[in-house]
Amino acid sequence: MLAPDTRAAHPRRTLLLTGLPLLVAGLALAGWAFTTEVVVTIVRMLLLAAGVLAAIAGLGKVAHAVCGRAVDVVLWLGIGWLTFILGAAILAPWLPLGNHDDAVAGLTAPIFAQPGDGYLLGTNNYGLDVFSRAIHGARTSILVALLAVLIGTTVGGLVGMVSGFVRGTTDRLVGIVSNSLLAVPPLILLIALGTVLDPSVRSIAFALSLLTIPSMVRLARANTITVAEREFVLAARALGASRMRLLRREILPNVVLPVLSLAVVMISVLIVAEASLSFLGIGIQPPQPTWGNMIAEGQGGVMEEHPYIVVVPSVCLFLTVFSFNLLGEKAQARWDTRSAKL
Amino acid sequence: MTAPTTPLLVVDDLRTVFHTARGAVRAVDGVSFTVARGETLGLVGESGSGKSVLGRTVMGLIATGATTTVTGSVLLDGQDVHGLSRGRRRRLWGPEVAMVFQDPMTSLNPVKRVGTHLTETLRRHLDCSRAEARDRAVDLLRQVGIPEPARRLRQYPHELSGGMRQRVVIAIALACDPRLLIADEPTTALDVTVQQQILDLLGSLVEERSMAMVLVSHDLGAVAGRTDRVQVMYAGRTVESGRTRDVFAAPRHPYTEALLASIPQLDAPPHTVLRAIEGTPPDMARPPAGCRFAPRCAVRHDDCAGAMPALVPLSMPLSVGSPAASYDREVACHHPTTSAAFAAPGGPDGR
Repeated sequence: MLAPDTRAAHPRRTLLLTGLPLLVAGLALAGWAFTTEVVVTIVRMLLLAAGVLAAIAGLGKVAHAVCGRAVDVVLWLGIGWLTFILGAAILAPWLPLGNHDDAVAGLTAPIFAQPGDGYLLGTNNYGLDVFSRAIHGARTSILVALLAVLIGTTVGGLVGMVSGFVRGTTDRLVGIVSNSLLAVPPLILLIALGTVLDPSVRSIAFALSLLTIPSMVRLARANTITVAEREFVLAARALGASRMRLLRREILPNVVLPVLSLAVVMISVLIVAEASLSFLGIGIQPPQPTWGNMIAEGQGGVMEEHPYIVVVPSVCLFLTVFSFNLLGEKAQARWDTRSAKL
Repeated sequence: MTAPTTPLLVVDDLRTVFHTARGAVRAVDGVSFTVARGETLGLVGESGSGKSVLGRTVMGLIATGATTTVTGSVLLDGQDVHGLSRGRRRRLWGPEVAMVFQDPMTSLNPVKRVGTHLTETLRRHLDCSRAEARDRAVDLLRQVGIPEPARRLRQYPHELSGGMRQRVVIAIALACDPRLLIADEPTTALDVTVQQQILDLLGSLVEERSMAMVLVSHDLGAVAGRTDRVQVMYAGRTVESGRTRDVFAAPRHPYTEALLASIPQLDAPPHTVLRAIEGTPPDMARPPAGCRFAPRCAVRHDDCAGAMPALVPLSMPLSVGSPAASYDREVACHHPTTSAAFAAPGGPDGR
């Protein structure tokens, strides 16, 4: 095993030699662009983006050199971010975070404190800690999205499976209902529901789950129909399996993976949907933080004065949605039966 | 019928009609046969002759429904399969009758382990414990000639070769000790060397368990040495039936004759043109009037297109050596051929 080692050693060293400087230079550029006042904002933003991209490219080379094979660094960065934000969101009540929703206690705190002076990411107009609000906001946003996806996947998946298996009148009725749900513009449906329901986590999750049900029904139904026509279902039937058993033991295991991978993508869609609702003021009400209503605090000229008020929740939202999308895409490529013929 | 006891399976004037957008498709159009206990019947015909649909209708997997009409009767050990309720019929599947499917790549669930396939069936029908079911599963796999059965139980179907998978499918079908096994083209999806092994396995299992088998196949070679009787199907109807030895030695229907003639001969000189039957089977939504084989028949007469020939018993044996009393032979042809020039390859050795 000498030959491959010597061959691999050379590119590994080159990778390390090009990757490390790229990583350092990219980080330095991004850091400089973030803090400098010398150039105009638009150029700063471009330099920041270039720096981040260079750093990621450099990190990719370094990881390749360290692991000995190409690594999808963006995916791993995404997984890292999700681990961080989910962990922080779960542990939020026990972490030593600042005041996130007590406006009375905020009266004694400075308002619009700049990031750094005593507050990691500054304070908002009520003197509430923006970092703490971002973490607690993650808690609400992700909880709502997960709950909605859970409801949507369970209900939509089951209904779709049954209607695809039973066919006939049931299938037609389910088709009419799910097509009607798809025909209503989602934002209007949500605004209509928002006026009826009280703005709590539970009812927002319920409203959002209505958005996921029709597409889940369609996916589960389409997959069920293809699976149900495969010979192993007939073979199981020929051994005396009941319809319930066919659904549970033959069809469900084949349908669950594509449905779950859509569910991961759905999480990111619903995080955005929840943020939109809260931004419009019909979702979770302040002072309870969500990323959506935190961004809304930047309205009315606040953002121009104190950009971090908007930047912090936006970056959190962007990274989380981006990571969930990456993860969902990977899951679909791996688990979708359309790509894996057996 | 020569068997002393009542036959295990009596199929009488069975018709399966699918109602499609193009009209009624008569996939099976008045087929009758009997299978005695422990007997092996070969159902032969080319693609589209209705033999697979016949097998599934006999089992009751295809039954009268929204788009299908089944008439005639199937008596399995005295029980009218199509007269039973769905639940009662389901209870026949497994202990009474089981099926081996054509393609082992698709007849096993890709996400279930081999062991799960077997133990689920066993536990459902035999009401035994997990450990007992596992032991029986190992035993079944050993019976179908799978090496290291205990390890195979933990494998997924995709980890096995085609022949191994078909053995697993056979083991699953045998799990509840059925009295009748319907093998629907069990070797079509396998390569030639494995085909032989699977057919031999089925033959020996049938013998060991004194189980009856209906072997559906388009491969005359597969049927020749391994069946007691053979029934040749064309366009949903029986054209000829009889003991395998007699039919292969002296086909009386031009279709059977043509089928036999189209088997490639190993001892033929190189570049011999293979004999084929001209044309394709008729569209079963619009079958031709009269004899359905007439448009493709080499020895067609003028009256062939007029009336549908009935399946009539032949009284006189053509081949010497068969006693007339047991000469159980029927043919549906206005002008049965008399030439005994064609013989099955490798010798017509009916068991």
